[in-house]
Amino acid sequence: MSSLTVSDEQVSATPAKVIQPAWVRVMHWTNAVAMILMILSGWQIYNASPLFGFSFPREYTLGGWLGGGLLWHFAAMWLLMINGLAYLVTGFATGRFRKKLLPITPSGVLHDVRAALTFKLGHDDLTVYNYVQRALYAGIIVVGVLIVLSGLSMWKPVQLHWLVMLFGDYPTARYVHFFCMAAICAFLVIHVLLALLVPKSLRAMIIGR
Amino acid sequence: MAKRSFLIPGVDKRLLIKDSIKTMPDVSRRRFIAGGASLGALTLLTGCDVIDSSSAEDMLKQVSKFNDSVQAFIFNPDALAPTFPESAITKPFPFNAYYDLDDAPDVDGADWKLEVRGLVDNKKSWTLDELYKLPQVTQITRHICVEGWSAIGSWTGTPLRDFLKLIGADTRAKYVWFQCADKDGYNSPLDMRSALHPQTQMTFKYANEILPRAYGFPMKIRVPTKLGFKNPKYVVSMEVTNDYKGGYWEDQGYNSFSGS
Repeated sequence: MSSLTVSDEQVSATPAKVIQPAWVRVMHWTNAVAMILMILSGWQIYNASPLFGFSFPREYTLGGWLGGGLLWHFAAMWLLMINGLAYLVTGFATGRFRKKLLPITPSGVLHDVRAALTFKLGHDDLTVYNYVQRALYAGIIVVGVLIVLSGLSMWKPVQLHWLVMLFGDYPTARYVHFFCMAAICAFLVIHVLLALLVPKSLRAMIIGR
Repeated sequence: MAKRSFLIPGVDKRLLIKDSIKTMPDVSRRRFIAGGASLGALTLLTGCDVIDSSSAEDMLKQVSKFNDSVQAFIFNPDALAPTFPESAITKPFPFNAYYDLDDAPDVDGADWKLEVRGLVDNKKSWTLDELYKLPQVTQITRHICVEGWSAIGSWTGTPLRDFLKLIGADTRAKYVWFQCADKDGYNSPLDMRSALHPQTQMTFKYANEILPRAYGFPMKIRVPTKLGFKNPKYVVSMEVTNDYKGGYWEDQGYNSFSGS
């Protein structure tokens, strides 16, 4: 009997399948905050010397003026870089990237994009990412690495001149930095939209299940 | 858009001046604070109460000081800024200041003297003719502005470290502090290791011509390992000192080390 009781307790104590482990959730939301701070302060910095014929509206910039924007940018960069590094290390070490993001096949992506656009993409098992998710998440990791490397090139073009050479020259690193930001913003729109369409995925990123 | 005139790609001439004007701190102070107040989420992460905007500012200042030490740590005194062929020079090289060119200091070279103060053996002032007699070198490097734009130029002058040696400066001191002829008293501190960098130069010529007024006649300090605002123009004095005396932009919030 006692063994039965124990197994009963086990059943009730066993939480529903964890979809997003705690470390993923913590790093995800830390990254979300850091990214938003970086983007809004980055727009402030961009406005000081626009690369293109437009500026970002002041209401959507952080820091009040160039100096304030720079202070925010070079403070939030630590949050972004430390959290990002920890995420990469843990993602590779635990095998999460390999298990969750691979394989990515062009036919798989094409199939799932078509299914998503016709609202036929199933979300029964949130522990398995579909090909749209795999492509987007793997892609945004690459963009994240690129935006940090181009940012470091602009911050330390003399000390890290070998890194600048990877992009060609300083002005090119600036354009790379900008387009990575644009890619992240585009990702953010799609990502938030899809999360809202499948609310249980958002719940999983908050409480894990 | 059509009316915008671009000196160099990505640099709007009007913006350069306008931006500098709008960067005056009193106007923007409130916006700066507003930016901090809306970020309650940061409170959770840092434990600082950023709702109280002055503590947000304090936190950002602390991080900026931390960034100063990180930059000093990774500064390699032997790492040289890339140099370029003459064909790479940006023409015209942009004039950039918080005032129009017409309001730039108009220094009379015959009257001008470079004042030398602080921890040096020989505090004699130097006339332009005396300085012109010192050995000079030319370097073509990229000037990077805090605003993000950059331009390649050719600067000729005497390596600052040679001059510091000549006047018997105590190179164990922390800073060389420059004061300029600008009417608001532009000044800027340069950390000693950057001052002793082989490419740091007392510049007397731009593109092999006597430094024009736009670029800082009679003397500019060219520091290719620093952002543009730490390359003072119209310099009238230098002081070797252990005290951090602040700077025109540094006091308003630009990161003090601002090394590249």
